Amino acid sequence: MISPSSDAAVPGGSSAAAPVPDRPKPLILPESLKVILATDCGSTTTKAILIEYRNGEYRQTFRGEAPTTVEAPFDDVTVGARNAIVEVEELSGRRILDPNGKIMTPAREGTGVDIYVSTSSAGGGLQMAVAGLVRSMTAESAQRAALGAGAIVMETLSIDDGRHQHERVGLIRNLRPDIFLVSGGTDGGNKSHVVEVAEMLVAADPRPRFGTTFRLPVVYAGNKEAAPEVAKLLGDKFAFEPVENLRPVLERENLGPARAAIHEAFLHHVMSHAPGYDKLMSWSPVPIMSTPHAVGKLTQEVAEKRSINVLAVDIGGATTDVFSVFEGAFNRTVSANLGMSYSVCNVLLEAGIDNIVRWLPVDVDPAEAADRLRNKMIRPTTIPQTLEDLALEQAVAREALRLALIHHRQLAVGLKGVQQQRSVADAFEQTASGESLVDMMKLDLCIGSGGVLSHAPRREQAALMMLDAFEPAGFTDLAVDSIFMMPHLGVLSTVHAAAATEVFEKDCLVPLGAALAPAGQVRKPGEEICRVTVKGTAGGSEEVIRAGEMKLLALPTGESAEVTAEPARRFDCGAGPGRTVRRTVRGGTVGLVLDGRGRPIALPADGTARREAIRRWMTALGLEIGK
Amino acid sequence: MGSAYTPGLAVSARAVVEKVRRLPIKGRVLVEPGQAVGPEDAVARAELPGDVETIRVAEALGLEPSELGDKLRVKPGDLVEENQLLAEARFLFGLMKSEARATTSGTVDFFSTVTGHLGIRKPPIPVEVKAYVRGRIAGILPEEGVVVRTTGALVQGIFGVGPERVGRIAVAAKRPDEELAESAVPPDCRGLVLVGGSSVSLAVLRLAASRGAVGMVVGGIQDSALTEYVGRRIGVAVTGQENVPVTLVLTEGFGSMPMAARTFGLFTKLAGRECSLSGATQIRAGVQRPEVVVPIEFGDGEVGAAKAEGGGELNIGTPVRVIRVPYFGMLGEVTALPAELMTLESGSHVRVLKARLADGREVTVPRANVEIIAG
Repeated sequence: MISPSSDAAVPGGSSAAAPVPDRPKPLILPESLKVILATDCGSTTTKAILIEYRNGEYRQTFRGEAPTTVEAPFDDVTVGARNAIVEVEELSGRRILDPNGKIMTPAREGTGVDIYVSTSSAGGGLQMAVAGLVRSMTAESAQRAALGAGAIVMETLSIDDGRHQHERVGLIRNLRPDIFLVSGGTDGGNKSHVVEVAEMLVAADPRPRFGTTFRLPVVYAGNKEAAPEVAKLLGDKFAFEPVENLRPVLERENLGPARAAIHEAFLHHVMSHAPGYDKLMSWSPVPIMSTPHAVGKLTQEVAEKRSINVLAVDIGGATTDVFSVFEGAFNRTVSANLGMSYSVCNVLLEAGIDNIVRWLPVDVDPAEAADRLRNKMIRPTTIPQTLEDLALEQAVAREALRLALIHHRQLAVGLKGVQQQRSVADAFEQTASGESLVDMMKLDLCIGSGGVLSHAPRREQAALMMLDAFEPAGFTDLAVDSIFMMPHLGVLSTVHAAAATEVFEKDCLVPLGAALAPAGQVRKPGEEICRVTVKGTAGGSEEVIRAGEMKLLALPTGESAEVTAEPARRFDCGAGPGRTVRRTVRGGTVGLVLDGRGRPIALPADGTARREAIRRWMTALGLEIGK
Repeated sequence: MGSAYTPGLAVSARAVVEKVRRLPIKGRVLVEPGQAVGPEDAVARAELPGDVETIRVAEALGLEPSELGDKLRVKPGDLVEENQLLAEARFLFGLMKSEARATTSGTVDFFSTVTGHLGIRKPPIPVEVKAYVRGRIAGILPEEGVVVRTTGALVQGIFGVGPERVGRIAVAAKRPDEELAESAVPPDCRGLVLVGGSSVSLAVLRLAASRGAVGMVVGGIQDSALTEYVGRRIGVAVTGQENVPVTLVLTEGFGSMPMAARTFGLFTKLAGRECSLSGATQIRAGVQRPEVVVPIEFGDGEVGAAKAEGGGELNIGTPVRVIRVPYFGMLGEVTALPAELMTLESGSHVRVLKARLADGREVTVPRANVEIIAG
């Protein structure tokens, strides 16, 4: 029922969920699934969706949500899951739960469902600490393995991290991770350093987050020659799980086995100790997946199916997850403290209030803006009433997204420490080991998810937030997740990939349209930087993109247009400076955005000029400014 | 109908308060069930494993780790004293020798033949948990801690900084809507928990600290003042460990916000009493709020449940406070609860209510943006 693991010799090489050996593999025939119930147990709310096969197609039909109940006084995740399912029952008229509160299977006329699947990030998700030898090599590979498995990496330790041994020990002792990943050394290489890492773990004696009775799982994915020594040190004190080295040779990453072991430890150690999860797991024949793992899986499938480069972002209240697939290499990062409610003040801290207020179309006192954000942090469920307040919230989102992408680009890199044979062309392109794989010019599709993007009152606002924060260059399709159902579809894809894809295309993904942004530095505002010819079904037009300006062309959902971009000498639309690019672009609820602000976007330094520019850009996209 | 966000902040004159006092690791409980305890009394004690000091024995002896076998003078589990000989090697027919000595006293924790490292664990570090509130031991958590029960008043704040402290309540502001002035700070604040009005400035907070205050309860504070006071900008809302001289509890929020009249009135009645307060705040699933607990012994049947300030259902006439701009901090009364969704200026399509504000204006606000208050 689980797709086979496919390890790639690239950073973050794609991996799939691990088989769970203790559970018999149920035989599920995809064609037998006509009514599907899926939940995502988030840290604050549990969202349930119903997917039904009607008139020859799979569609998402009903949705319910309820507060998550992993905390006191309930201490049982299934209470919240049932409440969300009851809401689906009420809306759909279908009876799903029997009098004992159990999900009825299979589906019959008006009752039951054929399958139930679930994802979870409740209880703060999967929290890990990782250790390696060299920060830029094995420690970074370990971090990628953990992130790709859907974890939040609380700390990355390495022998060369500049800390004293006693500082590392103190740090490990204060962390309460769910799982510890130890890596280091290539196979057959020096053993003593990786044994030193294990000694550090013994000295620290870290405690698991849940329960005081179970032993902390430690996944060992380092030098295989050192495994017996490490096992001797860690075997008695931890739930020790040795797997294949995640960096067997310097030139290759092998993240699949470590990720599979992390996923298994998550299910068997962490989830089974979280309140009510044993019950939740018994409801579904499919292993519960961590929410980011499911979203990552779906992102990979979209990229693979369409043969495109994809960047997906999920901005939540506490964290912002970024997923990317560039040239087949999948990477995921989680910025654990960048978010719109619980973490809103951390965005304030990391970005600074000046960087936030620079996105506002009107003059707001930075001190007052900071107070407002603090009040949002302590009362996270309030909503903006005025346009000005909405603009402040969306300004925070831009900075959270911008910082999350910087974080992602730092980690989504080629292998460091690898000698590369360079051709003359490579030398000219300045490619280097450790260069980010995320190239915004090569990005084909950017998907936004999370309340501030999915529920922006106007889709144009979502499009502008993504353009401002990510600065995609050349041609890029933009889309948002309609009601945040990517996790549900990610786990569904493990049992019925076709249904997941159909619902993703028809109900989940809301195409906003496309953006064309010539890359290059704007020197003279108003100068012509690109000529554009658009040929659509409803006719054609000739356009000019001027430096520092934006323009919106109508291109409704379902329509497409042939676009020819002829950039000026210093500007690049994807084929190199001054070179013409032709592309078929798809329409959406926003249309085709022509973005002449240059890359990187240069905001005027003067406050008045900057606000005037922002007002112009908003007006170009048909957005109101407010008072 | 009542879809207002309710932070569920308790403001109660008569409540039963139970505090779980737990050790970070297993240890020993020092009290008996039913025993009376004071806030500073230790109720449980444990010993945290000491730090490990690593000694590079092979390096000190100039040998390969595998050659150390018969050179070691100690083994894991042995007690060692500082400067004690751990390993010794002789060269040139015993004419020259090299040695490794203990850099600290403790127990030999491990020795690795791969790295040639030997770990000495220092003596354990004792940790104690105090009762925090005056009361009686209501339950024992074997080897882990106790439950302390007390009766009295309980006020939960919405945000705080600073550790647990004990002091006496002194109401410094005259009204709940006045900013605490320098002149309102008593010349001798030793052991006092000052109760202010709508806000406090950094200068007044520091003045109170310099005069010996241990706590401060106010409606609000400016973000910039809090940042200066704590010495850093607080990112994630997990607080309680800040090294500040005065533990600060905000009852309403950031900026200048009049303290709820009921809360201010309660503190006025409690003036002079001993209280325990904590700034520890965590806003997320598993919410923790700062608090002030004032132990009072009541007669039988006099204790009520702690009443949540924000709880309950919205009805016509319900007193509310708006908690977001443009009417942020204003008090009013619900005048209508339209069933249909309305489009706000921001473009959001949401459920709203109408309220008459204290200044006489009738305004429309999202239901998510009000808190029910008890006046």
